[in-house]
Amino acid sequence: MIWDRRYECMEREEIEQLQLERLQSTLNRVYRNVSFYKKKFDHLKILPDEIQSIKDLAKFPLTLKEDLRESYPYGMFALPLREVVRIHSSSGVTGKPTVTGYTRNDLHHWSQLTARVLTAGGVTKDDVVQITFKYGLFTGAFGLHHGAELIGASVIPMSTGNTSKQVLIMQDYKTTALVSTPSYALLLARHMESQGIDPKSLSLKLGLFGGEPCPEPMRKEIEERLPIRATDNYGVSEVMGPGVSGECEQKNGLHINEDHFIPEIIDPQTLQVLSPGSEGELVLTTLSKEAFPLIRYRTRDITSLDYSLCPCGRTLVRMKKVLGRSDDIIIIKGVNVFPSQVESILMEIEGVEPHYQLIADRVEGVDTLEVKVEVNERVFSDEIKNLQTIAAKVGRKLREIVGVSATVKLVAPQSLQPGEGKAPKVIDRRKK
Amino acid sequence: MLRVESVSAFYGGIQALRNVSIHVNAGEIATLLGANGAGKSTLMKVISGIHPPAKGRLVFSGLNISGLSAERILRLGVGHVPEGRQIFAPLSVIDNLTLGAYARFKMDGKKEVAKDLQSIFALFPVLQERQKQRAGTLSGGEQQMVAIGRTLMAKPKLLLLDEPSMGLAPMVVGDIFKAIQTLRSRGTTILLVEQNAKAALKVADRGYIIETGRIILEGETAELLNNKEVQRAYLGKEYREIWD
Repeated sequence: MIWDRRYECMEREEIEQLQLERLQSTLNRVYRNVSFYKKKFDHLKILPDEIQSIKDLAKFPLTLKEDLRESYPYGMFALPLREVVRIHSSSGVTGKPTVTGYTRNDLHHWSQLTARVLTAGGVTKDDVVQITFKYGLFTGAFGLHHGAELIGASVIPMSTGNTSKQVLIMQDYKTTALVSTPSYALLLARHMESQGIDPKSLSLKLGLFGGEPCPEPMRKEIEERLPIRATDNYGVSEVMGPGVSGECEQKNGLHINEDHFIPEIIDPQTLQVLSPGSEGELVLTTLSKEAFPLIRYRTRDITSLDYSLCPCGRTLVRMKKVLGRSDDIIIIKGVNVFPSQVESILMEIEGVEPHYQLIADRVEGVDTLEVKVEVNERVFSDEIKNLQTIAAKVGRKLREIVGVSATVKLVAPQSLQPGEGKAPKVIDRRKK
Repeated sequence: MLRVESVSAFYGGIQALRNVSIHVNAGEIATLLGANGAGKSTLMKVISGIHPPAKGRLVFSGLNISGLSAERILRLGVGHVPEGRQIFAPLSVIDNLTLGAYARFKMDGKKEVAKDLQSIFALFPVLQERQKQRAGTLSGGEQQMVAIGRTLMAKPKLLLLDEPSMGLAPMVVGDIFKAIQTLRSRGTTILLVEQNAKAALKVADRGYIIETGRIILEGETAELLNNKEVQRAYLGKEYREIWD
């Protein structure tokens, strides 16, 4: 099912015309209404009038999360507060939070976009949707809530926590679609198993996951343990929240709602725009937002874009599942290494746990990478020969997939588990 | 049907359009709203080939029409009803209308043209009554009907309507807008320029707001009507909202 054929199945030419029109009007508005952008454009001597095609967007400056923090709370709003009907905010774990506002039109678009994502994930008006994101300042719950209501589904605004009650409601209210983080879905599965509840006895058939990365093995595990169809969706709270992109039934990437956002992929080091297909940091420009437009916002999320046509009929570009953040990137002999890549390799190798530590160093001017990997109990007490085979396999996969040679060291179970006071995932000794 | 890509245009040293991009889909009514001097009529003239674009590209039905002559563009199917009507005052209504068919008379022949004349009379019955009258003696509303009818005689696929409500009494404006809707239901695609934003947004599917030669807003009409800036600047809602 496709929610909005008119906009989700446009010809590439049509999409680009719409993007150009909306980009020009967005730039005209931010230049006029947002002093941050006016100053920045004037300083770089780049005016909205210079946008001849979408490619010219690359000449404009990037917007960083720090910029939003410095303009806390309302500095980057493009309209006065009396035209804003909703305010959301990010967590502010590291420093001041960021504040975003929505006009009535913004909320209308937001509902439309999350309705698209939910429909692509299989939700229809016949579904009972249980939302287990936190209702409050965060964007996740409200965004998907509006979309589900717009579709006509029955929405249960459960919010977070109280797993026993979540399961009880799932059983009694006959929930058919679960909106949650993928790790919470696994937690629910585990909880049911421990309580002797057979997940097959539930009415659940769909899972719509967001808020954190959901690597392929994790999806498989969820789909097997809670027999459901699991799709991934993606959002950035500063940009809008959920509704930026979502997977369709093909599960081959997340369709970005290009009539509302222009995606670019940049090299997080050089900041240059990369060609389609290259892996790099996702940068988003909003095209329809009235209260809080953003130009070239650095998401810090690592992905790549695929413009080939999807069999589902949507013509919107697909982004690969986000598995890493550009903040975690380390460069070994010029090759970008994302911890997430290492993690997904480890998840596919029998005998090791996805707990690891990357140690970069420089020996006589040459970059080196050491990867410490936890093995599980069974392998740990096995023959040395087997351990060597596993280490060699990890090394080979790293060379094949990531493109770097690394020294692999297997370590005892439970020695590298992430968490407070535990070993950091990345140590870069070259910085000293 | 029509794509305007980053078009700029000048009058001498004065830049009237700055990187304007718009599109009109087949079968829809799109509207371009803006104050006096914002560049609305210039954009219409650039589309119909009366004023040359300095930069940018115009594509009509898949054909690049930038730089083509006004005659060629008319023959391709773009009809322009100019601002202020510009009818031939000393000529009769029927002569005004027949002149509109000039570009296709030879090709289509007398019979076809006579048939189309009847469809114009069906759209504006008052013109049939006054067909022998000199156009200059008609009321403002009737003159506007002559101007629209004359352009329709060229059988345009895309009709550019520049301020059809200008200087008309509210009731007559209603008649003109009813005719615009009839035209759309007959399959004509319309780009409508208006200062009467309320009337335009009532009939249009999508709209653009132009200010000092730049497009500052694009959207479906429901969205534009929801936008406070549009309400304030074009629908005159502000005072009531603040003081009531």
